[in-house]
Amino acid sequence: MILPLRLEEVSFLHVLQPLSLQIEAGPSTIILGANGAGKSVLMRLMHGLLAPSSGRVSWSGDDARRRQAMVFQRPVMLRRSAFQNVLYALDVAGVGGAERLATEALAEVGLAHVAHQPARVLSGGEQQRLALARAWALHPEVLFLDEPTASLDPTATREIEAVIRAFDASGTKIVMATHNLGQARRLGDEVIYLHQGRVVERAPVDRFFVQPSTPEAAAFIKGELPWV
Amino acid sequence: MGEALRAALLLVASGDATLLGIVGLSLCVSLSAVALATALGLPLGAVLAVTHFPGRRAIVVLLNALMGLPPVVVGLVAYLLLSRAGPLGSLGLLFTPGAMVIAQTVLILPIIAALCRQAVEDAWVEYQEQLRSLGVEGARAALTVLWDIRFSLLTAVLAGLGRASAEVGAVMIVGGNIDGVTRVMTTAIALETSKGDLSLALGLGLVLIAVVLALNAAAFLVREAAQRRYG
Repeated sequence: MILPLRLEEVSFLHVLQPLSLQIEAGPSTIILGANGAGKSVLMRLMHGLLAPSSGRVSWSGDDARRRQAMVFQRPVMLRRSAFQNVLYALDVAGVGGAERLATEALAEVGLAHVAHQPARVLSGGEQQRLALARAWALHPEVLFLDEPTASLDPTATREIEAVIRAFDASGTKIVMATHNLGQARRLGDEVIYLHQGRVVERAPVDRFFVQPSTPEAAAFIKGELPWV
Repeated sequence: MGEALRAALLLVASGDATLLGIVGLSLCVSLSAVALATALGLPLGAVLAVTHFPGRRAIVVLLNALMGLPPVVVGLVAYLLLSRAGPLGSLGLLFTPGAMVIAQTVLILPIIAALCRQAVEDAWVEYQEQLRSLGVEGARAALTVLWDIRFSLLTAVLAGLGRASAEVGAVMIVGGNIDGVTRVMTTAIALETSKGDLSLALGLGLVLIAVVLALNAAAFLVREAAQRRYG
């Protein structure tokens, strides 16, 4: 196990104020906040794509790099088939039986029928599912998702959410950034609420939405709800 | 004009040996220069695109500026280097096709390197985070990006080829336009025009344009097919 993940007094330029957090195995964690609150930066610090300006990010187990994956708001696909894209990730990770794993992963996200089509000509929703398949094949312990449905229509969003639930059911720890309250309620177990680069509140989903303990969170929930 | 054109077409159609020799040497020199400049320019451009070191910006600006190098100046510098008294004089390359390849390589290396740098840099912005997330770093990341944009790089190489096959100043100075040895299409056209043999000049001009057109059409089709196949 590489969890828990510990952040100690971690800051990033002027975007994130020094914060300490522990991410445990188990419940799906939603990082919630308005645009510019620092959600993406926090995820990138956790995933190791950014180095903190101060403080320390530490995983509990060895080889943490290989045991986590991230899906971005806009998936980046290589100019090759969907199948080859999954295979590439497995090849980099040095996993045996890659072809079987890739086939299974594509079936899992419902893309078996387009396995041999060029990844870049798939629709936005399909490309995002392919990004999830690429992560699925790696069987990560932790999956970071950065606003994975922000640029997708409702149907594609539902499909993506189904795959995220399957990840959760398979035992992968979900850490997802979103500004969509509905999605946070549907997929999350706990909420970390960010406001202007600070963690303002951390609470179980049920309590957060019914009884937010800070005025910032209450205002966000109230202001956002009509558009969910 | 009409008469010269008719004579030119006849000359091309008859497969005149002198004409074929000139066309063959032209292609040989320019394609060799493109091969050399590609082998040097693509890695140079790729490294410049993904690395950060002091002076990098100055090199990028310099490289962009060198895209517009005047061929005659390149020819002159190559001439000075390769002439008997020059530092590379002992190689005995002046007035040989080898000297022409060197001059054209110098001329188009900045074009290929600068265009490659731009293409890789644009792609790198898009790919970097995803590749790092997958655990791909260093040379493997660079190769993945280069391979993924290989059809865009073809455009950079073609720009180099266009420049090499069309220039006259550099090959004229270091080659000397010696009949049967270093005479290529562009130098022959310049010479025949000044001699008044317009049909040979025009014939060569037609072939030159046809060659450049064919190469670009081929590259366009390859790119289009690749776009369909790989997206």
